[in-house]
Amino acid sequence: MEVKTASFEKTASPKATTVSGAEAVIKCLLEEGVDTLYGYPGGAIMPVYDELYKYQKQIHHVLTRHEQGATHAAQGYARVSGKVGVAIATSGPGATNLVTGIADAQIDSTPMVCITGQVGSHLLGSDAFQETDIIGISTPITKWNYQITKAEEIPEVLAKAFFIARSGRPGPVLIDITKDAQFQSLDFSYKKCSGIRSYKPIPQIDLKEIERAAEAINNAKKPMIVFGQGVILGGAEELFKQVVEKSGVPAAWTILGLSAMPTDHPLNVGMVGMHGNYGPNVLTNECDVLIAIGMRFDDRVTGNLEKYAKQAKVIHFEIDPAEINKNVYADIPVLGNVNETLKVLLELLKPNKHETWHQKFKDHYKIEFDKIIKNDLNAERGKIGMAEVIDEINTCSNGDAVIVSDVGQHQMVTCRYSKFNQTRSNVTSGGLGTMGFALPAAIGAKMGAPKRDVVAVIGDGGYQMTIQELGTIFQTKVPVKIVVLNNDFLGMVRQWQQLFFEKRYASTEMINPDFITIAKGYHIKAKQVSERANLKDAVKEMMDSKEAYFLEVKVEQEENVFPMVPTGASVSDIRLE
Amino acid sequence: MEKKNFTVSVYTENNIGLLSRIAAIFQRRHINIESITASRSEVNGVMRFIIVVQITEEQVKKIVGQIEKQIEVIKAFYHTDDEMIYQETALYKINSAEFVEDLNIQDFIKESNARIVTVTPKFFVIEKTGKRHETDNLYEKLKPYGLMQFVRSGTIAVTKNEMQISNILEQFDTTN
Repeated sequence: MEVKTASFEKTASPKATTVSGAEAVIKCLLEEGVDTLYGYPGGAIMPVYDELYKYQKQIHHVLTRHEQGATHAAQGYARVSGKVGVAIATSGPGATNLVTGIADAQIDSTPMVCITGQVGSHLLGSDAFQETDIIGISTPITKWNYQITKAEEIPEVLAKAFFIARSGRPGPVLIDITKDAQFQSLDFSYKKCSGIRSYKPIPQIDLKEIERAAEAINNAKKPMIVFGQGVILGGAEELFKQVVEKSGVPAAWTILGLSAMPTDHPLNVGMVGMHGNYGPNVLTNECDVLIAIGMRFDDRVTGNLEKYAKQAKVIHFEIDPAEINKNVYADIPVLGNVNETLKVLLELLKPNKHETWHQKFKDHYKIEFDKIIKNDLNAERGKIGMAEVIDEINTCSNGDAVIVSDVGQHQMVTCRYSKFNQTRSNVTSGGLGTMGFALPAAIGAKMGAPKRDVVAVIGDGGYQMTIQELGTIFQTKVPVKIVVLNNDFLGMVRQWQQLFFEKRYASTEMINPDFITIAKGYHIKAKQVSERANLKDAVKEMMDSKEAYFLEVKVEQEENVFPMVPTGASVSDIRLE
Repeated sequence: MEKKNFTVSVYTENNIGLLSRIAAIFQRRHINIESITASRSEVNGVMRFIIVVQITEEQVKKIVGQIEKQIEVIKAFYHTDDEMIYQETALYKINSAEFVEDLNIQDFIKESNARIVTVTPKFFVIEKTGKRHETDNLYEKLKPYGLMQFVRSGTIAVTKNEMQISNILEQFDTTN
């Protein structure tokens, strides 16, 4: 007897038509509302590409210059639009090149569906040309994966893939389709997936826990919120703001929570973690109730766990049961999607201001401002600092741009100093720390939010990891703005070498090419600026450009990012210098 | 926290690749699996994995959470030895000449409640089902006679308490 393990929506597309497996793949994508996908063709996926050619009016395939670029572009697209990003590649090296992007999407909970071609099913396991076990390889880094060997499986499996990628805590799904399955024909009809019996996307809400949480918050004298990407993924930004405003609780963000709340909101007290703000880090170890919302207590957030918020009662709002008590014990775990749990919480909260407590954050900000921020923003001598560049971008964008950052010192500076008014505006590789993420992610971000300005801020190291995607920008004419903050160093590693390895700069100095010539080779407008006096105009020219624009800023070579919680230290032992 | 024997029971869909997905969760945390078995369960179409590990309770709690998070895992549990009824099966292959010449062997078999499965002119095969120390005991006794082959299954176990898997599945059937 066939066991029913998943359910599908009743409304099927009108009547079944006979199509090839390859065409069925495209039809599935269209049914799921996919209008853009990123990929790279090759032998085992050619039947699908042949259909992409026929369907090019309905679905825009963006040819990246490397499959890794396709995944990051799909991630950028997903992060700004909230839709599922789609990447497609051939078997073997095409598939293995997706791995970094899949791992990145997994750890940052980004909804993505990757489709790979596979050798014919009769060749599986024969070490055929361009055969690789991508199911085996991708298993630990996917939310789900599946190999299709028969065309008739395609509609149901793809329906499940999209359902799994976007529901619950989102994540990447990889579907591997053998070449013979792409050629076979099937009777196609599509029903969206509505449930899988072994998978519970959103845990049952326990009202008692929410009541306990509300009571703890209402009775708290020094409460503090730390919010993460869960607020954005749950579409709960407005609700969250109301919770913060009603309770009067100071709210700090993780790197992926950034932009869920406007940066200039009076109760937004900045970033937690290794290079976060002074106040929220120090006061984590002073608060009496720590309210974690849609975040997972990453080690970069907590520093030494033995000395993390030990005095506080911890309330953890979280959709993923496996995150409860994983790193930090939750006195009050509140499972569920925050867009539902916060709704209940809001009703139970008593209005409060916590003015004295809030003043503490202001006092700490003042210390950080005098010691670090003032100098970062208003240096008068020496080379341009990274923060000055971000500040100029803020001036031009008024906080309305999408800022995509790569990984390293510039990323910390970008997140510390960027201004955001809107949600889904900060795109960066948080958990995996993937250098080379930003350039392709910016391509996807611009396509996912075409009306918004998209600025990629990248270091000279990460830029060269995916620099070939300038070709994609040239070919698609996607008007992204690219800023390379060039210090001719792998700056973050160099900073650690300076602080912890007695300045032995092992392989961190970069002898860089002429980035302007490279950009011009791709017919992208390009300018270099090295004098402070010219910075403002240079940034403005870039921000005003209707086309893609590349701006290289020669910055201070040995700038260090502070504050800093050194590895193994407590968050309250954060260093200001 | 002290390391203990834990039996992790995992009810899953019957799909290719789940074994490696589950095994990877242990591997990633540098945890050695003492034994693992997979078979059909009491529920039609549902597989059951029995995985024995020696770790702390804190570790096993997190592992079970990570296993349960996998899409095709219906439910995962962990239990201590005293919450389970568990058995292992071992097979011992011995040269027939030894068997005929040494009557001790016949006594060992009787004492340990083992069973002779096959007898041929060249070898005979003994089967023993029981707890680990019981199959180990017999192993030690037979070893001096030159074991031609020895093999032992992973632990199989049922819990003393009810597992309620059918209820979980019925819930899905009625809500969808």
